[in-house]
This record gives sequence, structure tokens and C-alpha cells, in this order.
Amino acid sequence: MSNENIIECKDLNKYYSGVHALKNLSLKIKKDSVVGLIGDNGAGKSTLIKILSGAHAPDSGHIYFEGNEVKFKSTKEAMNLGIETIYQYSALIPQMSIARNIFIGREQTTFSLGSIGLMKTKSMDKAAMDALNDVELHLRSPDTPVNQLSGGERQGVVIARAMYFKSKVLILDEPTNHLSVKETNKVLRFVEGLKKQGVTSIFITHNLSHVYPIADHLCVMARGEKIADLAKQDTNIDELTDLLVNG
Amino acid sequence: MNTNNLKSILMRPEISTFIMFVVIMTGFFIANENFLSARNIRIVMGITPEYIIVAIGIAILMISGEFDLSVGSVFALVPMTMVQLVHQGIPPWFAIALGLSIGIAVGFVNGFITLRFGIPSFIATLGMLYIARSLTTVATGGFPPPFPHELPNELFVFQFEVFRASLFWMLGVAFIAGIMLHRSNLGNWIYSTGGDTAAASSMGIKTNNVKMFCFILCGFLAGFAGMIQTFRIEAPLPSQGYLLELESIAAAVIGGVSLFGGVGTIFGAAIGAILIRFLESGIIMARIDAEWFRAGLGSLIIISVVFNTWVVRRGENMVHKNQAEENENSPQQNDSVTESER
Repeated sequence: MSNENIIECKDLNKYYSGVHALKNLSLKIKKDSVVGLIGDNGAGKSTLIKILSGAHAPDSGHIYFEGNEVKFKSTKEAMNLGIETIYQYSALIPQMSIARNIFIGREQTTFSLGSIGLMKTKSMDKAAMDALNDVELHLRSPDTPVNQLSGGERQGVVIARAMYFKSKVLILDEPTNHLSVKETNKVLRFVEGLKKQGVTSIFITHNLSHVYPIADHLCVMARGEKIADLAKQDTNIDELTDLLVNG
Repeated sequence: MNTNNLKSILMRPEISTFIMFVVIMTGFFIANENFLSARNIRIVMGITPEYIIVAIGIAILMISGEFDLSVGSVFALVPMTMVQLVHQGIPPWFAIALGLSIGIAVGFVNGFITLRFGIPSFIATLGMLYIARSLTTVATGGFPPPFPHELPNELFVFQFEVFRASLFWMLGVAFIAGIMLHRSNLGNWIYSTGGDTAAASSMGIKTNNVKMFCFILCGFLAGFAGMIQTFRIEAPLPSQGYLLELESIAAAVIGGVSLFGGVGTIFGAAIGAILIRFLESGIIMARIDAEWFRAGLGSLIIISVVFNTWVVRRGENMVHKNQAEENENSPQQNDSVTESER
């Protein structure tokens, strides 16, 4: 973990049809760290990640990425800078193969006319397998449809995709929801591996016990506000649980 | 590994449709051996390319997650426009270009209404079904016009020994569509848009543009196919393509295209369309009352979809069984809070 901030938010506000979903939120995220963003449902976690990922724009406030102010107009712009978001339910297309999923929207092409071209399937298949091996996920074939994978394996594919495209920040929205204990541990290992490879991750969850073992920093939200922002060495699981429950 | 590959090929819906095709063809051949005579193949394959072209357009649109119920009406409106323009003294090729742009325009309007107002394409194109049919009838001025022989119809429907020129046009369309859908990145976007629109757009796919492209392509192909039919029978009829929208959806579904988007192939849709035409011919050749065709088609739709669903379930069950074995020793976690915040 370095002392440099990769993302800094200042006084972000967001309203949804009159509801103040995010209130003066400021947050600093250090490079190469794992940040646990915890809070109960409706705490504003999703609003925050939608803003960081470029899906929604804040009504006021500033975002700095690697020291420069950024204003994202689309998720594509955020992805091009290296901020990749993994949404809980909508990260992969179930009927499509692993390789096709990894390259959605970023296919390797040849004979291109404008942005349309023939896909280099062989090279994409190989790159997909290499990317999976890099996150220690060993699957049989890049042609396997994603709906034949377990929940943990799917998260592995998504993380491999983010790694392959050299993401600097990975935002994971409830990556361990609906997973068995064994599968959850797999995902936690993937996230730990990210830190070693120089990727910052923001791990959103309402389950403190999942993120606590691997987080460097913990940020607790309630009612659209940040109510605590602590380095792991300055806190403990009881204090955090208390914050989470009593807000 | 090899048996797994074989299994995964056999479990593809278009392959099971192909097997069904072979079985049905064999059955009709046993009933009447003239069924597979050059003469009968010539008759059936003379008309089939038109239906395949429409089914290809419908299949691509359905894979992207939308419907078009107006194809039957566009199938009549486009050639009617061409014929009437030629009668107005417009040069034939220019009339063809204008006619085909009507198909494109209808596709665009279908897409625009569906996407701009966020209504189901089923409704938008149901409206268009009536509008385009009405326009076709109005364009006749009350009486079907004669076919103008300035139009270069031989280029599209010339009768060779067994096949018509339309077969080669259809093969061209299928080849280009197949490359686009199965080999190009645009195809990847179409599958992802239909498979899960939210996921595709979170990956930066402009899903509305992808759908709009498919609507336009579908309208264009329906008009192009209608033109071929009018050129073949040399009579522009306002009733042409009546109920074709349902038959095209049937062809796509029989060929393994999913009603929910994201699944299907060009080959499957083509086989579905061929199967319907041979079913019709086979029933006549077997000296069954031709009124039974619709009952046969209905049964075919139900049987093929039930069969495809069963095959997919079987595939999924096998996977779940494997996963269950893998996770046998890890107890399932009890997480009472499962709803995500929105």
C-alpha cells in the first residue's frame, strides 16, 4: 500500500427525486489498498459506486483520479481510465462463453471497418485462458457458457477480465452475496491477489466478516453519510459491528 | 473430453432441430417417395428462400431481445411501393432502392418507438403490422396493379435446373448475416444486449444502438424478401405475407432462437424456415388434407420448444450435479439479508 491517493472524493451530493441519497461525502482511497465499504441496505453505498463508476453524475462535488479532477459521462470513460465496476447481478451474460464475456465491448478484431470487425477468436480464447490462470482460476475451456460456472468461478472470471484490461481500481459490489463459504473464500483470495498485482479494490458489502480479514481500510456508511473511516489497525471488529448496527 | 464435446454439440438447439428435420423428411419420403424428387424439391426450394430471409432478420432481432410483428406487412408494402413507383415512371432500379428504404424506414420507426418510449416492441410492431398493411392496400388504389416488366425480376428469381436465383441471394444474405452474428464484434454486442441488457450496457455497449440496428436490418430483409416473392409471382398482391410474422417467429423458435433473447443462430432459423415449407409440402404429398398443415405446424412449434427446453435443463442439471459434488463438504452459508440496495 502506498501513501498516494488514487481516488479522492470531495463533498459529493446526490439526490434521487427528492431523496438525499448521498450527503457531503468525502473519501480518500490509497493506491494498492483494499477498502471495505460497509453499511446496511439504503446507506448510500450503491449511489457512491454508481458515481465512481461513471454510471451516474453527482449533483455537486468533485472527484479526483490520480490527482486530476474527472467528470465521467459514461461507464466507458471510467473504464478507459482504469476504473472497472463489478455489479452484483449484471457483470456477465449467462448464455455467452467465458472468452466472449471477457471481451464484451473490447473485442480483438481484424479487417475492421470503423469500430466493427471480425473477432480474432483464437487469440481471444488464448488470452481468456491466460487471464483466468493469472487469478489462479483453472477452467476447462474458454467456450464454456458462463451459466455453467459456480458463483465463485463467475466472480473469478469478472476479476480476471478486470486484470486483463489493466484496471487500476476495481469496485466490487457485494461480490460474496449468495455464495457458499468455500466460494466466498475463493473470491476473497482473488481480491487479496489483486493487491499484490497493484490493483486497488473497493469491496462493498453489508457482511463485515467477509471484508474484515482482507481490508486495509474500512469505511462505514449510514443514511447517505460516511460515519467512520478507519485504518484496520485503529479499529476492531466489535467497534465496526457496533457502528454498522447502531449507525 | 471428446464425448463431452460431442455432447455439447448434440445439445445445441439448432442441431436437435436439424435431427428433427431429417426425421420428418424421412417420414414423408416413406409416405410418398416423390417427396424428395427433383420436381418437388424444385417447387419447395423455389419459394423457401423468401421465408428464410425473413426468418434470418427476425432471428437476429430476437437474439437482440426484441420482436417485429410487422414483417408480414412490410413484405407486402415494399414490393407494392416499387411497382407503383415504376408505374409513375420512376426508373426501375431507383424504384427498387426507394422501396427497400421503406423497409429500412419501417424498421427505424419500430425501433424508435420501442426504444424512445420504452414500450414493448411487441406493441410497437403490432401497431405497425396494421399501419403498413393499410398503407399497402391504400397504395393499390383499390385494385392490384399489373406487374411492370421493366423491373429486373429475372436477376432475383431466374429458374435454373432445380433452384431459383433467389436461393443464391438467400445464401448471400445468410453468409453475411452469419459472419456478422457469429464472427464479428457486432455479433458479440447483439448476443450480450439480448442476453442481459443491463450487463451489456455496464460493459459500455450502446444497447439501444445495437437494437436499433437489428430493427432496421429486420425491416430491410422483410422488404427484400417480399420483393423477391412479388418478382417470382409477377403480381403485387396487397395480401402478400399475411400471417408471415407469426410463421417467421415460429421458424426462428423451431430453430432454437430464444424468445427471451441472447440465444440462437442463423443456421437454426434457416432450418426452421425450411422445415415449415417441407412440412407443408409433405402433408400435401402424403395426400393428407392440406388443412392439416396448420395443425402440423402448431405441433412442431410446441414439440421443438419443449424438446429444446428439456435439452437445456438436462445440461444445466448435469452442471449443478457436478457443483453439488464439488461443494459437498462446504456447508451453505446462511445469509438472511439477500436483497441488494437499489
